[in-house]
Amino acid sequence: MKKEKEGERDVPPGGVIREAGSAHGYSTGGWRKLRPVVDSEKCTNCLICWVMCPDSAVVVKDGKMIGFDLEHCKGCGICAAECPDKVKAIKMEEEG
Amino acid sequence: MAIVTGKQVGLTGNSAIAYAMRQIDPDVCAAYPITPSTGIIEEFSSYYADGQVSTELITVESEHSAMSACVGASAAGARVMTATSSQGLALMWEMLYIASGMRLPVVMTVVNRALSAPINIHCDHSDSMGARDSGWIQLYSETVQEAYDNLLQAVRIAEDPRVLTPAMVCMDGFITSHAVENITLLADGEVKGFIGDYKPGRSLLDTDNPITMGAMTLQDVYMDFKHEQSMAIAGAKEVVVEVGSDFGRRFGRHYGLMECYRLEDAEAAIVVLNSAAGTTKVAVDELRKKGKKVGLLKPRLFRPFPYAEIAAALKNVKAVCVLDRADSMNGFGGPLFSEVRSALYGLASVPKVMGRIFGLGGRDYTVEHSTAVFEGLYRIIETGRMEELTGYLKS
Ligand code: SF4
Ligand code: SF4
Repeated sequence: MKKEKEGERDVPPGGVIREAGSAHGYSTGGWRKLRPVVDSEKCTNCLICWVMCPDSAVVVKDGKMIGFDLEHCKGCGICAAECPDKVKAIKMEEEG
Repeated sequence: MAIVTGKQVGLTGNSAIAYAMRQIDPDVCAAYPITPSTGIIEEFSSYYADGQVSTELITVESEHSAMSACVGASAAGARVMTATSSQGLALMWEMLYIASGMRLPVVMTVVNRALSAPINIHCDHSDSMGARDSGWIQLYSETVQEAYDNLLQAVRIAEDPRVLTPAMVCMDGFITSHAVENITLLADGEVKGFIGDYKPGRSLLDTDNPITMGAMTLQDVYMDFKHEQSMAIAGAKEVVVEVGSDFGRRFGRHYGLMECYRLEDAEAAIVVLNSAAGTTKVAVDELRKKGKKVGLLKPRLFRPFPYAEIAAALKNVKAVCVLDRADSMNGFGGPLFSEVRSALYGLASVPKVMGRIFGLGGRDYTVEHSTAVFEGLYRIIETGRMEELTGYLKS
């Protein structure tokens, strides 16, 4: 590959990304307009939100839903909609 | 079917390409039939059915799918080939850019045919000329022999780690694809030795070294990727010359960026691609017998465009006619004309250059047409006046 000149980035030919999982390093949290907030009193840890989140932004530890990865959560609200009707532990709040 | 006489074999362009594909034995071939390139995949399918190749032959439902399958297979690290014409190439459009942008060295034969409408199955270059900015290398072939030789070289050029860019080998529909010509074939071992094994630097199927291909790029890097790609394609010129000389050293048929025919001391010259160059050579020989200093420049490589070399080859010519077998439809002349004329602009003394569109939809281009073009060039040389800069050559 050509040497980097001033004002030019050295890029891998064909846009091949050789590092697995590198999307983790790309913060998309800034896209969010609504922020999910969980009421852990109500949460039954059924983990439906964890399954449904398209951004893998629901954080689970030891089988318990413990919150959100706000660096990557885009605020789509799917988790809040999918949380079972009888529970409804997630609310979407305006980002401040 | 081959007609064998001595070392020469009588083959159509399509048969010669299918034969070359059997010898190359690509890992994957994904194709959809379309006139006049159908014969290539038809014959290749026979080799496949007879167990003469180890290729995975994917019969798809359209050319869009054919190129998509080629892209996927090439991303997986396979050596991939296909063939098409006209509307088939047009349907591949979207994927042509994916293949080149992802730097996948797919090799495709394009049997040149007019684009609809009106529908026409015969030769012109509107298909491949339309794809000239898609980031593919384009090699043009005058004869069956050249098409065969070009295809073998295209594999090495495309796969060169400095290039890693898909390549199309173009030949004229029916005129070359369906006409039987005596050609010299290489032995299977010679082909294998020349093209070597393909060692992809990355593969989507390599789970030990997982990679991502086709990721999103935004304002911050997209332009850098395009710049990098453009530089790599420009660098392909050198590789085309290297591979052409190695081919010549091994097999005695030498290839460069272009063929200059009796151009050395020419006052008037025609620039034309593919089979029409053969017809022009006959006119050149006849006019030379009458003492006219005429010559021909036949570009072999059109992408990347060897503008400096073309300018150098034409610098002493007084008048040039660039013949385009495709119209840019209200561009400044045909695509070959506008690029050749632009290439000559920086010369100290610029030849007079006119452009003519010819042979659309398979209309004949004869020695008489060629002679008339040369006569027109002589009128320009004698009077210093060009009556019509661009136009259609008809009779
Ligand atoms: S709002 Fe959307 S992105 Fe954020 S945690 Fe819920 S489902 Fe995931
Ligand atoms: S879906 Fe609702 S109840 Fe289930 S884990 Fe998520 S927040 Fe808790």
